Amino acid sequence: MINLNVNGQTQPLEVTPETPLLYALRDHLKLNGAKYGCGMGQCGACTVLVDGRPVFSCLFPVSSVGTREVRTLESLGTTERPGPLQQAFIDHQAVQCGYCIAGMIMRAQALLEQVARPTEQQIREHMAPNLCRCGTHKRILAAIRQVADKGQRLNAGALKERA
Amino acid sequence: MKKKRKLVVAVVAALVIGAGVLFALAIKPSIDPVAKPNVALTPTLIAQGARVVALGDCVVCHTAPDGADYAGGLPLKTPFGIIYTTNITPDRATGIGTWSLEAFRRAMRQGVSRDGHLLYPAFPYIHYTKVTDHDIEAAYAFLMTRPAAYAPARTNELPLPLRFRPSLAFWNLLYLREGAQPAASDSPVDRGKYLVEGLGHCSSCHTMMGVIGGEKRREYMQGGVVDQWSAPALDQLAASPHPWVAQQIADYLSTGLAGEHGAAAGPMRPVTENLRRVPREDVEAIAAYLLSLQQPWRAPQSSAALSDLAQRIDRGKQVFAGACAECHDDGSPMRDAMGRPALTMSSAVMSPSPRNFVMTVHKGLAWPAQPDHTVYMPPFADVLTDQQIADLATYVRSTSAQPTPWPDLDKHVAELREKSP
Amino acid sequence: MKPADAPVDKSRRAFLAGSGFMVSFALFGSWRALAGETNTLGATILAPDLPGDLKIDPILDSWIKIDAQGVTVCSGKVELGTGVRTALWQIAADQLAMPLDKFKFVTADTALTPDEGYTAGSHSMADGGTAIYHAAIQVRQMLLEAAAAKLGVPTKSLMLRDGIILSGDGRQMTYEEAAQGVNLHQQAKSVSPQGDPSAYRYIGHSIPRVDIPAKVTGGTAYVQDLRLDGMLHARVVRPPNASAQLKEIDTRAIETMRGVVKVVRDGNFLAVLAEHEWEAIQAMRALRERAQWQLTQTYPTNDTIHAVLKTLPERLYVTTRENNGPVKQVLSNASAASISAPASPTRSLAMTKQYVLHGSIGPSCAVAVFRNDMLTVWTHSQGVFPLRAGIAELLGLPKENVRCIHAEGAGCYGHNGADDAACDAAVLAYRTPNRPVRVQWMRDQEAGWEPLGPAMLTEINAVTDAHGKLQSWHHALWSTPHNSRIVNAGRLIPATLLAHPAAPASPAPIPQPEGDADRNAVPLYRIPSVRVDMHFVTDMPFRTSAMRSLGAYINVTTIEGMMDDLAEQFGEDPVAYRLQHLDDPRARDVIQRAANRFGWNLATPLPEGHGIGFAFSQYKNLMGYCAIALEVKLDKAARSVRIVRVVAAVDCGQIVSPDGLTNQIEGGIVQSSSWTLYEQALVGENGVQSVDWSSYPIARFPHIPAAIEVELIDRPGAPFLGAAEIAQAPTAAALINAIKRVVGWRPLHLPVARQDSPIFA
Ligand code: FES
Ligand code: FES
Repeated sequence: MINLNVNGQTQPLEVTPETPLLYALRDHLKLNGAKYGCGMGQCGACTVLVDGRPVFSCLFPVSSVGTREVRTLESLGTTERPGPLQQAFIDHQAVQCGYCIAGMIMRAQALLEQVARPTEQQIREHMAPNLCRCGTHKRILAAIRQVADKGQRLNAGALKERA
Repeated sequence: MKKKRKLVVAVVAALVIGAGVLFALAIKPSIDPVAKPNVALTPTLIAQGARVVALGDCVVCHTAPDGADYAGGLPLKTPFGIIYTTNITPDRATGIGTWSLEAFRRAMRQGVSRDGHLLYPAFPYIHYTKVTDHDIEAAYAFLMTRPAAYAPARTNELPLPLRFRPSLAFWNLLYLREGAQPAASDSPVDRGKYLVEGLGHCSSCHTMMGVIGGEKRREYMQGGVVDQWSAPALDQLAASPHPWVAQQIADYLSTGLAGEHGAAAGPMRPVTENLRRVPREDVEAIAAYLLSLQQPWRAPQSSAALSDLAQRIDRGKQVFAGACAECHDDGSPMRDAMGRPALTMSSAVMSPSPRNFVMTVHKGLAWPAQPDHTVYMPPFADVLTDQQIADLATYVRSTSAQPTPWPDLDKHVAELREKSP
Repeated sequence: MKPADAPVDKSRRAFLAGSGFMVSFALFGSWRALAGETNTLGATILAPDLPGDLKIDPILDSWIKIDAQGVTVCSGKVELGTGVRTALWQIAADQLAMPLDKFKFVTADTALTPDEGYTAGSHSMADGGTAIYHAAIQVRQMLLEAAAAKLGVPTKSLMLRDGIILSGDGRQMTYEEAAQGVNLHQQAKSVSPQGDPSAYRYIGHSIPRVDIPAKVTGGTAYVQDLRLDGMLHARVVRPPNASAQLKEIDTRAIETMRGVVKVVRDGNFLAVLAEHEWEAIQAMRALRERAQWQLTQTYPTNDTIHAVLKTLPERLYVTTRENNGPVKQVLSNASAASISAPASPTRSLAMTKQYVLHGSIGPSCAVAVFRNDMLTVWTHSQGVFPLRAGIAELLGLPKENVRCIHAEGAGCYGHNGADDAACDAAVLAYRTPNRPVRVQWMRDQEAGWEPLGPAMLTEINAVTDAHGKLQSWHHALWSTPHNSRIVNAGRLIPATLLAHPAAPASPAPIPQPEGDADRNAVPLYRIPSVRVDMHFVTDMPFRTSAMRSLGAYINVTTIEGMMDDLAEQFGEDPVAYRLQHLDDPRARDVIQRAANRFGWNLATPLPEGHGIGFAFSQYKNLMGYCAIALEVKLDKAARSVRIVRVVAAVDCGQIVSPDGLTNQIEGGIVQSSSWTLYEQALVGENGVQSVDWSSYPIARFPHIPAAIEVELIDRPGAPFLGAAEIAQAPTAAALINAIKRVVGWRPLHLPVARQDSPIFA
């Protein structure tokens, strides 16, 4: 039994300690946000935040999480009340198949919580661990910039309350 | 009293003479600027220069992460403070655009800038001094034909006494043995020696440094530490529990990957990326020379028995299953289809020091700047706890040909997390 | 998601059987559709003279159903990440004069929707969109007429607002009321009432895609997200290559692993089922470690493949076009050797391309359940009907007892592992009745077992007159099939691994003018004599199949390279030279628009290392037009090629969603630049060696073009032309043409920007 703090709630889980966080989230907590893409830390589809840092959940044993706080795409908003980044992705129609997008949003979220107004170069480099095969990059960058250009760091706390 | 006075006189005299010597050593004349490079920039010479510059790893230090090639600005973290590398593009205002061949050669041979100030030995002129005139000329021709980039030098972050450059004169007195040392013959070993000791300046990382930052000659190639990574002993390659052969060394140098030993990581990675561009015969020569240096195995210090070894191994195995097995398990496709070595064969795992294992777990192996087939590993610094890294290290090592646990592993792991850049 | 076990609608076939269709002939553009024939996407043509996919399902209520619950529009096309679901929905809404959210829209379900074959080849708007466009307005007209009769007023006096029929006297009627007594179970007409483009609320407008909100908030958006009650997680273990034989395996230790429900071994087919996903993965690893394989065959390598292709058994298809007349294709019985290129061509150009991967970001996945004799499969296949037929054949079930329902997956860009994973799930669910089974492939399985995009060689010999005017053109190409779609059970990988394997159907190319490996090999340019020899290699060292744009990718790259080289040879501007050889005004238009917007001028001085390139094609010579102008920066020291700016001009007929179209073109440009610069599946003696993104690297954020501009040309009232694949070929061609201007010679081997590429020397 392992206790996981996910999106502001601590839940006990019947999983073995080595289970990668990705499967705990998807299979046991029935969350869709983190996606399986490669299982090798190469594509970023599974990106979630652990204590605000973007990590590959596919290689993250749940036993490593400890009391750290895990946040997934679901914590940022809902279809009815999307969070700022989610709304920006909708505004820019920054999706083709969309399979990579959950990871993209989470990685961008981590940057925008840390840096108020990142440069284009900073954004591109920060996003480099995540792959998109559809070629949606330009729109993803535009969506991130829409939020970045507001010049305010995203607030992790407010999002937590929403969740 | 007389005696005392004599002594004072002697001391004063010594100081005066010392200051004079220092002055003579430390004050170098400026060399006149030139309007354009004063050698014929022939394609042949430039091509030879490309090879020399690649072997000298110039681009590695003289390029900042976001900067233009050779435009300098990379912070070098020395034990004494941070030194920023300089612009060696032919920019006339901020680079070496006004340098004559003579000024360039003096810098390589003596560590003196065109205007006469002394350069910090982070620039390995104590090695470059051994490079032949012809190779220096070729390097000059190559660098002078790179795109000029405007990039003013950044101010070094050094404590006051070290900012006083003339003090370097004493250092030079101790460590600089000026003059070219061409290869004694055409044999690969001699060519290799020329490359390793001169351009390659391998020992500046692979030899421990003394308190004032000079290589400890008596520990030549017995291994050093760079940015918290261990630069392994190069005189133990053949004697290690899993010995290297020439072909593997050459492969490693030119591809960053040795089939049975693992991948270049940390500060060695850019070196191998650079060596990819030199002819195979050069890396083979380096391998030949390195193999000529081999010493009997220096068995590492034995470690205190761990009462909880079995539990550590057990926990490490679990971490491995969740975080590592997808790539490193027996039968994993990366091993099967791509022929990557088992971790149990990795030199990092068998090394006397856990540094490179731990540092690789922390930092992984980054993607290359341009997409190409590569070795890659994600960083785990934000993922695994110190305890887990130590357990993992203990487990993986227990499966290798060097299964004795690393001494002071927990301490190392904690320290590396704190200190690693 | 959709209900699991609804009854299968068999009425359409029954109706067709009884209605006695006349076999008729009709010409559509340059290709003929014959009743009873199968179209290029695997669907049977029943009514050749109807527009779009009404040809393959002419019955109105296959498309539009109206009952007490309201209006439901059905499409056999699927969302592959192109936004087509929204675009089709838009068409239906305008033609029905209903708001989007007032009716249901159902896609690709063998129990509910028309069989439109595959969603592929940029056909969805052209065929599926056209069918809905006509069916919807015909149904609307029938409803209006019925309402008029019921209300006793002339049809003309009725108005439509938000799906309500209004009469001048204030009375109103819903569609459901109007539809009572109207028989929609009848054949569509070949001519539809004229719609009124000025009244369109959706067509031509960038309506936000309906699928995006769920995708950005963690909704149930993909087949990967399906969680059925009692669902088991399965993993397969695949051989190291297609010819390997399982020597031995002891599965006892695995059966007792935590969570494992069972291990399935049948011939070379190996799989494990477990209660939880991580348990399935751990069991898979253990199984993989224990499996011992006998390798029975060695494979060509990246270095040898092009030489090998020329030696393998082949069929020769010869396509000719004389005096710019119709294109004719024959299967030639002349041996390849007897056909020679022109004796003294003005110029020759030969290129090669390596195998490439579709490289979906989400490896293939499927869920299946076998319950009450009914096998239901949720799949991201591009063709649920052909898949159903293949699975039914393999399991010996009547087709009616298999239902395939499309659920989205990650972008596939062609025939990837989707069908095979669906078959894995079907096989495992069939052996595990009453428990849903979810199969998820691992990354290396996707890379190693998806059909590859074929390696190819092209050789063009062109003859001009003394002024550079093209006289004759000879294009020879060698390739394995680009279409190994599921026409029988044996085309499904699991079927080939079973102890009693099914044999794949022998390959057949998609005929001209759509083309296969020879897609777009006939230049659109005015040339008195054109001949294309397609050496269709039937013996595949590696399974290959459809990948976005098929052979057009390298054919256009070679053609457009030749056009550039000829322009240079005769001192012409490459854009002007193309225009001199083009009559089609729409082709001329996209070329001019791209050139103007880009500011095309070879005389403009560029910074060191920069070069510009231009290219054009009309996809398949009958779909969307696309011209691309771009500027590259080549940095030899950094060994990098970066697109600094790219301008695309496109004409896809009437535009349904401008933003959706732009999105597709942008994506195509990025993807094609990644293919062209970096991508090559590693193949070696033991088979496919690319297993992940380090052995199959693609462009990441730092490598994508700095600026992309897309100029759309709208043609209101003109037929919809496909868009999703049209940017691939001209992007590659323009990129190579630009690199040639930097390095001074033409790179001939794709990909061109690997670190050991001679362009950096
Ligand atoms: S699935 Fe975790 S990085 Fe690809
Ligand atoms: S949108 Fe399809 S992978 Fe990014």
